Amino acid sequence: MYRNHYDSDITTFSPSGRIHQIEYAMEAVKQGGAAVALKSKKFAILVSLKRSSSDLGSYQKKVFQVDDHVGIAISGLTADARMLCNYMRNECSNYDYVYESKIRIERLVTKVADKHQLHTQGYGGRPYGVGLLVAGYDQLGAHIYQTCPSGNFYNYKSISIGSRSQSAKTYLEKYFEQFEDCSLEQLIVHGLRALRETIPNSDTGLNSKNVAIGIVGENQPFKIIEEENAQPYLNLLENEEPVEMQI
Amino acid sequence: MDLKLSPFPTLEKQMPIEHGRFEAYVDNGGTVLAVGGPDYCVIAGDTRMSDGGYGIQTRKYTKIFQLTDKCVLATSGMQADTLALQKRLKTMLSHYQKEHGKPMSTPAIAQFLSNTLYYKRFFPYYTFNIVAGIDEKGEGCAWTYDAVGSHERVKYASQGSGNQLVIPLLDNQVAKFNQQIIAGGNVTSQQAVSFVKDAITSAGERDIYTGDYADIVVVDKDGVHWEKFELKLD
Repeated sequence: MYRNHYDSDITTFSPSGRIHQIEYAMEAVKQGGAAVALKSKKFAILVSLKRSSSDLGSYQKKVFQVDDHVGIAISGLTADARMLCNYMRNECSNYDYVYESKIRIERLVTKVADKHQLHTQGYGGRPYGVGLLVAGYDQLGAHIYQTCPSGNFYNYKSISIGSRSQSAKTYLEKYFEQFEDCSLEQLIVHGLRALRETIPNSDTGLNSKNVAIGIVGENQPFKIIEEENAQPYLNLLENEEPVEMQI
Repeated sequence: MDLKLSPFPTLEKQMPIEHGRFEAYVDNGGTVLAVGGPDYCVIAGDTRMSDGGYGIQTRKYTKIFQLTDKCVLATSGMQADTLALQKRLKTMLSHYQKEHGKPMSTPAIAQFLSNTLYYKRFFPYYTFNIVAGIDEKGEGCAWTYDAVGSHERVKYASQGSGNQLVIPLLDNQVAKFNQQIIAGGNVTSQQAVSFVKDAITSAGERDIYTGDYADIVVVDKDGVHWEKFELKLD
């Protein structure tokens, strides 16, 4: 209740040392549609749930290509995500132009994080209300990063963000040790299984309309698999035994 | 060494020696040409790079740059400017692809190159370009440019040091100008390649800046195919 006194301004700390506006921005990420990211030695993939406003509407784009070797999945304010995506594309393009090589993922993610931070320190504007899962492949191998409105970024073996993502995280924690040596196909199936955990039983489940997959890796430029192209992977999912999950 | 001996040394004024003048441009020479067919386009460019005079800097520098699966850019002139122009185009094409979800069409690229060149109207790229490939309907097409972006869609084109030698040959054989008895029928891509090889070889014979090797590129619905062809080394 006392929170309310210290949370109207991004430039005000609370007595407990928190900036509430940033935490509220992170709430926006938690409300967004689920996205899962996981990697093996040679591939990094994104698997995400697209939302639509109604049966009449189209499904919101979730996975974006940033460069040949990098892609992102978003959760939160889509408009903010588009701005960040454009920023990332420009940074990759400029780096490539100057150095004739692809930017390393950590370097790119650091730039995005720094951009987030700028908006947490001053009256200039509000924080970006979007969290990104960045999947990339560079000279150092496959990488998964998460960025937050706070300006922090985290390197992960696998992670999930967005609505009901805790269920996906539980699945990932159970199986992540197997991912390192998985084939691309097995990895995608793991991702879909993790994503499936985030859907309430009452819903329609995963189908080719509401799933977007992004893959990148060795000799594999970033590619988005959606609509009909996603169906073969969804079929693989259906043919399998249901996995025992401990609630 | 100029001793500057003159019969009237006191009468003739001493001209100041012009030194330190920076020459921004050099012509590295070479010839490029393109011939469009009903469902293909053949582009050729020699690979000799000269120093503007009688010297050769390298025998193996390609003048043709692939932009998309359906389009290539062939450029003669100053290779430093060519490289800068290619980099610019590559970056902008990549940007377009991400924004629009599809590669830029060949006619769009043609217009875009014109804009890019005119942007530097007052310090031009010393480049003489041909954009060639297949359009959205699958027909072969070529656009020819001057250094500041004036362009025109044509059935065939040539640019570069051997331009004056090649273009009359193309006028006669491709457009059938000045021919009394015209042999009809479509030209296949293999026939076009054969003809283009002859054209560039002929240019190599008479133009000192054209020779060494040539890239012969065929663009059709199956993509862009490269072939290396030997010219004379003299």
